Amino acid sequence: MSAAINLESAPRPKMQARGLSIYYANKLAVKDLSLDITEKQVLALIGPSGCGKSTFLRALNRMNDLIPAARHTGEVLLDSANIYDRGVDVVELRRRVGMVFQKSNPFPKSIFENVAYGLRIAGMNDRAELAVRVERSLEQSALWDEVKDRLGDSALALSGGQQQRLCIARALAIEPEVVLMDEPASALDPLSTAKIEDLIHELKARYTIVIVTHNMQQAARVSDQTAFFFMGEMVEVGPTAKMFTTPTNRRTEDYVTGKFG
Amino acid sequence: MSATTRKLTSGLFSGISGLAAALIVAALAVIIGDAVAGGWSKLSWEFFTGEPTEGMTAGGIFPAIWGTTVLTLMMTVAVMPVGVMTAIYLHEYAPVQSRLAAAVRVAVQNLAGVPSIVFGLFGLGFFIHFLGEGMDRALGGELRYGQPGLLWASLTLAVLTLPVVIVATEEALRAVPTDLRNASLALGATKSQTLWRIVLPGATPGILTGAILAVSRGAGEVAPILLTGAAYFLPELPSTINSQFMHLGYHTYVLATQSPDVEATRPLLYGTVLVLLMLTFTLNFVAVLLRSRTRSRANA
Amino acid sequence: MRILADSSPRLAPRPTPKRRWQLREKLIEGAITAVAFSGVLAIGLILIFVAKEAVPLFVDPEALKEVSLSKLFLPQVLKPGKPATFVWQPVSDIPKVSLIPLFIGTLKVSVVAMLIAAPLGVLAALFTSELAPRKLREWLKPTIELLAGVPSVVLGFFALMVLATLFQDTFGLTYRLNALVAGVALSLAIVPVVFTVAEDALTAVPRSYREASLALGATRWDTAWRVVLPAAAPGVLAACVLGLGRAIGETMVVLMASGNASIVSPHLTDSTRTLSATIAAEMGEVVVGSPHYGLLFFIGVQLFAITFVLNLLAGAWTRRVVRRLGGKV
Ligand SMILES: Nc1ncnc2c1ncn2[C@@H]1O[C@H](COP(=O)(O)OP(=O)(O)O)[C@@H](O)[C@H]1O
Ligand SMILES: [Mg+2]
Repeated sequence: MSAAINLESAPRPKMQARGLSIYYANKLAVKDLSLDITEKQVLALIGPSGCGKSTFLRALNRMNDLIPAARHTGEVLLDSANIYDRGVDVVELRRRVGMVFQKSNPFPKSIFENVAYGLRIAGMNDRAELAVRVERSLEQSALWDEVKDRLGDSALALSGGQQQRLCIARALAIEPEVVLMDEPASALDPLSTAKIEDLIHELKARYTIVIVTHNMQQAARVSDQTAFFFMGEMVEVGPTAKMFTTPTNRRTEDYVTGKFG
Repeated sequence: MSATTRKLTSGLFSGISGLAAALIVAALAVIIGDAVAGGWSKLSWEFFTGEPTEGMTAGGIFPAIWGTTVLTLMMTVAVMPVGVMTAIYLHEYAPVQSRLAAAVRVAVQNLAGVPSIVFGLFGLGFFIHFLGEGMDRALGGELRYGQPGLLWASLTLAVLTLPVVIVATEEALRAVPTDLRNASLALGATKSQTLWRIVLPGATPGILTGAILAVSRGAGEVAPILLTGAAYFLPELPSTINSQFMHLGYHTYVLATQSPDVEATRPLLYGTVLVLLMLTFTLNFVAVLLRSRTRSRANA
Repeated sequence: MRILADSSPRLAPRPTPKRRWQLREKLIEGAITAVAFSGVLAIGLILIFVAKEAVPLFVDPEALKEVSLSKLFLPQVLKPGKPATFVWQPVSDIPKVSLIPLFIGTLKVSVVAMLIAAPLGVLAALFTSELAPRKLREWLKPTIELLAGVPSVVLGFFALMVLATLFQDTFGLTYRLNALVAGVALSLAIVPVVFTVAEDALTAVPRSYREASLALGATRWDTAWRVVLPAAAPGVLAACVLGLGRAIGETMVVLMASGNASIVSPHLTDSTRTLSATIAAEMGEVVVGSPHYGLLFFIGVQLFAITFVLNLLAGAWTRRVVRRLGGKV
């Protein structure tokens, strides 16, 4: 009885990396990494630039497949199934594990069509149904009130912050289970950044989120867990509060206190 | 050398190089000016819509305009899918350091340098004598395809303009940001969905530029069609894809070199040249505009 | 902020097996790859089918009576007692098939054209890329490229109607149409080629080269001539080689302006006839399959080979300049 209760209350790992190493040609970019990503929590990846955060993130939805030089060893599990297994459908995987890029990259289409894109390619053509889903995604990404009167306008006419939230809405429209964000606010002004951070807070009720950030305060504000990367290795991972107050590793401490980075 | 002599020689040579540029522009201006001066008065409704009459010393050039139009349209229909798909292969599908891609690139580069008269020989040897006569034999021996005509001439021109389309399309594909492709793929789109919904729409203006450049090039080529289907004079417009056809460029050649009475054909000749020039310049101009617009957008 | 209740069903909980789309993707990729091969196919077919019509020339016993390598390329004694000569007269009781007059004609016309087009094109490219103010440059480049858009039949027409008369009146020439007129007109066809390729090579030279030179007190001309031009030299050479290839293969201009006399003459002011023009002029009257027909295709094979080699050379040089200047292909 008590064991069952324990099992239910213990946070379940949505994704897991097991002994994951990633190479570009012969250059090791991520080294023997094992990490659990807890369901419906926010995991922040921090570390100096070039330490392999983006590389690891892209491994989680197999975007690395698109880089000819990239190869990997080890496993990545999604709900306990290895996403690199031969039989896995990459398209299906990427619909379950969505991604928001560092530089906002809306399609040169209307706001509506941007959000509807993922649904349309999955074969949804019913106008009414699309409209419902587009509205819901735009509300989730806190953009609805700003754009509801001009859904037909070009997405390129939006401000930088709005564009990035549109990209989030676009990713949410296909209802992924995990959302990967690679420095989503690094190019934005403080106000837009705050909006995105609020948004991440809201989203974690429904989604498992992994966010790469350069900004320590941001990691502290938005995440439940924080993993510190250094030169391709994950040095330390733990609850965010602990990482920022009493890290066990000296390099983590140096980094979070701003001694380097 | 003292500073002043150095300045002087520099100025002198700069002037000479400027003169070279000016000379080229002047030559272009003289060619256009001569065509306009000699042909402008000839442009009239009758000239555009009439047929040559009185041993080609009077009348209009409608059959030549018609032939040129149909020929280049057929050429465009043939060359665009092949050219665009080849460029898509080179830019979107070819693995890095692919041998095939390298071979295709070298082939296309060399194709662009093959003399146009050799394309004519190719059209004659391959399309007419090999394919055409082969088809006639297969279809029962009646002479239909084994002779010069619109179909073979347009296919010959399609091979000739293939590099133009490939180069322009590849440039257009390059201008579509990789970010957009990644965004689409990350949303679970397949490669072909991404291509069809994101990449090609983004590349359309550039691909159009390629089409226009190809048409402009194809419309002006005479040597290949000389051997594959252009006719000196036809009383009727071409009625099938195997018909021979009249052509503005060939008509220019005929009027300029085969006329028994040079002075009598002169106005017609100038009128024909002017129409041909207007056609190719308009096309080139549109292409340049389209291209500079896409370029500035890609750099924005 | 509002999060709507989770109503829609989630996708399958586990990675699902590959589905039919993957087959479709493979088919599409296969089709595109197959079509892409057509460029290679085209160049191969051109060589094969142009050569195929020329082969009987060297195997057919009938043709061998009229044609042999020595008849094509070596001087022949046509009448006993007269010195050996080169004559192209394929339609006569005793066909004379020396290609040498045609080669000489091609050489004469191409050399004239290159002597004009190479300096003109390179200097204009130097001016456009290095010396002209930005405004002028933006206007100059498309204008010169517009010359490339003039159909060669129009250049031939221009040579015939304007240049020929002008030259005859100015220099008092015996023959209205001659190698000089054809060469000058031909230069108009190849100057845009030389210009465009050379200009590309010059613009590929990094700005730092220019800045270094200018910082040392060099004038703009010195910089252009001593720094930029040498750095781009292989590319400029490639431009000239491509121009030469075009000159050798160009047909309509020389067909209309050279006078088409297949004579061996050292004078530029005599009428002449080129390889390309011969094909265009004689293919109309030739009997399919006759030795004469084969000869015209044989000339085509040679044109193909010459321009192919020139293009390969130019391509190699262009790649070298790109590599040397650290750019991307
Ligand atoms: N496409 C690529 N090809 C080759 N090397 C790459 C590529 N992307 C990243 N790298 C290398 O891998 C290492 C990790 O990069 P990245 O994951 O982008 O780091 P981060 O996101 O932490 O800044 C870096 O040394 C980088 O140079
Ligand atoms: Mg990164």
